[in-house]
Amino acid sequence: MKNRIRKASLQVNQNEGLIFEKSSAGKAAWKLPPLDVPEVDTSKLLGFSERKDLGNMPEVSEIEIIRHFTRLSTWNYAIDLGMYPLGSCTMKYNPRVNEAVARVEGIANGHPYQPEKISQGALHIFKTLSDCLIEITGMDAITLQPAAGAHGEMTGLLMVRAYHQSKGNARKKILIPDSAHGTNPATAAMVNYAVENLKSDSRGMVDIAALEAQMSEDVAALMLTNPNTLGVFEQDIHKIADILHAKGGLLYMDGANMNALVGKVRPGDFGVDVMHLNLHKTFSTPHGGGGPGSGPVAVKKILEPFVPTPVVVTKADGALGFDYNRPQSVGRVRAFYGNFGMFVRALAYIQANGPDGLRQTTEDAVLNANYIRKGLEGTYDLPYSTPTMHEVVFSDKLQAKKGVRTMDIAKRLIDYGFHPYTTAFPLIVPGALMIEPTESEPKEELDLFIEAMKSIAEEVNEDPQTVLDAPHSTRVSRLDETAAARKPVLRWKPQI
Amino acid sequence: MRYLPKSPADREAMLKAIGLRSVDELFAPIPAEYRLSRDLNVPRQMAESEIVDYFRQRSRENGEGYTSFLGAGAYAHYRPVIIDSLISRGEFLTAYTPYQAEISQGTLQSIFEFQTMICELTGMEVANASMYDGSTAAAEAVMMAVRLTGRRSVVVARSLHPEYREVLATYATHQGMPLSVAGFGGDGRVNLEELEKSITPETAAVLIQSPNFFGTIEDVAAIAEIAHRHGAMLVVSIAEAVTLGIVEPPREADVIAMEAQSFGVPLGFGGPYCGVIATREKFVRQMPGRLVGQTVDKQGRRGFVLTLATREQHIRREKATSNICTNQALVALMVNIFMTVYGKVGLKELAKHNLAKTAYAAAQFAKQGKVLFSGSPRFNEFVVETIEDPYAINQRLLGHKIVGGLPLKKFYPELGNAALWCCTELTTRSSIDTAVRLVAEREGSVRSTKEETGVVEVTR
Repeated sequence: MKNRIRKASLQVNQNEGLIFEKSSAGKAAWKLPPLDVPEVDTSKLLGFSERKDLGNMPEVSEIEIIRHFTRLSTWNYAIDLGMYPLGSCTMKYNPRVNEAVARVEGIANGHPYQPEKISQGALHIFKTLSDCLIEITGMDAITLQPAAGAHGEMTGLLMVRAYHQSKGNARKKILIPDSAHGTNPATAAMVNYAVENLKSDSRGMVDIAALEAQMSEDVAALMLTNPNTLGVFEQDIHKIADILHAKGGLLYMDGANMNALVGKVRPGDFGVDVMHLNLHKTFSTPHGGGGPGSGPVAVKKILEPFVPTPVVVTKADGALGFDYNRPQSVGRVRAFYGNFGMFVRALAYIQANGPDGLRQTTEDAVLNANYIRKGLEGTYDLPYSTPTMHEVVFSDKLQAKKGVRTMDIAKRLIDYGFHPYTTAFPLIVPGALMIEPTESEPKEELDLFIEAMKSIAEEVNEDPQTVLDAPHSTRVSRLDETAAARKPVLRWKPQI
Repeated sequence: MRYLPKSPADREAMLKAIGLRSVDELFAPIPAEYRLSRDLNVPRQMAESEIVDYFRQRSRENGEGYTSFLGAGAYAHYRPVIIDSLISRGEFLTAYTPYQAEISQGTLQSIFEFQTMICELTGMEVANASMYDGSTAAAEAVMMAVRLTGRRSVVVARSLHPEYREVLATYATHQGMPLSVAGFGGDGRVNLEELEKSITPETAAVLIQSPNFFGTIEDVAAIAEIAHRHGAMLVVSIAEAVTLGIVEPPREADVIAMEAQSFGVPLGFGGPYCGVIATREKFVRQMPGRLVGQTVDKQGRRGFVLTLATREQHIRREKATSNICTNQALVALMVNIFMTVYGKVGLKELAKHNLAKTAYAAAQFAKQGKVLFSGSPRFNEFVVETIEDPYAINQRLLGHKIVGGLPLKKFYPELGNAALWCCTELTTRSSIDTAVRLVAEREGSVRSTKEETGVVEVTR
């Protein structure tokens, strides 16, 4: 068949075994300075606790380590290589100045227990970022302690529970739309709330009538993603908030999709009581192959007494410090103060943007998603015609007739030089293709993506097997996940 | 805006293609009354040079250039240069969670190696990659034991990091998990009699830390015997990973919940760090967090995938083992590179240096003040009791650009004027000597004043 792949070409890449397979006794990549204190008799100091042997730990030289990890790195796709259209993941550019400032001496090496007097720099970063995020969300207070989005959800729901408890009844359940991320119900369970599903209407929004029917004094909160996972803004948001508030419930917003809103609209202004942000999505801190994240939780005044300890405050002498005396707090959700290194990066991102840049960023993110929608409408089935914000969800309905499913199209996209979109999510769209381009893509990259998706759709009609067998250009083809789960091999062992 | 790759003409052309006149039309779905009609009140757009200046200034206000004797769950070890060279590669730094295995083999293989090395070092059979940090790893490990035993209550050692205890309390509150605390004895280790008394037929897990918060190595075998005799699981928290180079790992544990920060992760004012849970193979299906497994592709070539996903929230939703999704992958990569650099011999030598510096420092302090729990084996931390208030001592040390040990009264009022000191391979003999001299400066005069006036030493 003719070669329609424009973005990617094949290139030699290096084979590389496991590090253990390169190890041999006597090689070393380390050197310690001479000891300036007397040597010690280990067995005398440690007795039975002394460890004699470190098993199969590797012994390799520095150049081998550099090559090992560099070779491995070339087997990864990354934002730095091209578009990463994962819906709801907001894979935007990770600015390098963020990395540089996170490594400045006093910021990288500050100890969490060093006296407040010599921690004013870190505390200033806490305070400034907190103020910015409160302004961006339109909320009243914030905790930066949660380590990731799901951790933020847990913290938010703990505060919801503490709030209701302070009114005499913790309530029993959390309402969660059927389009929600899996973390939402998993979190509700961790905070010991029952989960009740809420169905979407034909526009892909919360069904107001269903919400009215399901809302009761047993409901602690509704966890809502807005825009939701279809990329649709919940237009009846004020009605939703009113229905909840009328029966004493709270509105929790999952801020995973905040990239559609920053600088254009503030959740605090449309009735949200508590929400988390993902600094590794909206605020450009790197995903790093799955973390670290950071999941600050912003709240309205009524929830402020319950935020985790400690809280950064301005003390009487004008210096910043930590306040641990918060009798109604839900307690700690993590040791120390959270993923501070991510606060540094997020603040640097906000500074690089300013109010005008943040707004333009949101506008470009929404423009990009709508451009893709326009480009692929007709080629792929669009189950909801409601206006799109920062991401668009198609289905594989047209391609499924040829036996090709969303995962197959996603795998073929790899051959075209792109990372796949999010597959099979949200669950309310069978065979979903969930595409979020973010603001970081130039028009040329979007055009290449649209062209690739159209080309794959043609292949589905002309030669579906090519799509079904994809990817063809990677080091490994599709891997046997069933075998991996049935007989797990979770570590290397030496051949005996 | 320099991160945005579009010219005004591009935007015009794209709007035209969509069939819109202005970008405002894209935001029409948002009810007009909520749309923001003003600028956000955040700092104005700054040049890169200004941003760098801003953070350099903050750095100068943040203990830059101080010598520190702080440990207590966050340790200053040397970080080989190649860690940052390698993790700064965009293919690691800017990749997503490796769900698409065919284009994520680099991350997946490195996690597989990480899991292997953690197993080697801890003596466990499986390890995940990763949890948020040591404190949440400990809490999740305990919840794992609750699921595995079908019991609900937990006994926690008072010698466990106080903030880890607080985190566990937060997690446990709404799980209906009653917590009880087992105290420590005069040797700074878990009081075994008290422990045995605290365990009931409802005890799912005993949670201890070794080396514990005081740096003292616990008698893990004896504690395991007691826990197991009562049908409870033993969860051991390890906060100082370098200890694994020279101290026997707690092999008798059922679950190890670790903080791997010591392995090449910057102190960073408390995070991001790297939690890990390691356990026995038979418990793996109740383990939270991501796991990488080895498998083959269609042509039979070795490859790696995320596996056992039926434990996780994106598949099981409210029935998942945990809600954890994003974890600490890039930090786990730092840990992985660190373990590879030091390896089988280096980790041992590194640990020996920590041991030697600490032994020297403790001996010097013992000449001037009182080193508590000195009969028990320790790794790189020790508790010094002084007559003078440790906050006053630290105030004086700060004047010499030294950060003294952590005063313990906040966490352990029963220990009076005690402070937790830490030495690593980076601590120099001269800084130890200076610190000891500065502590001793007033100690002598305070002691003689007290002796003269008959003031009784603070009891513990």
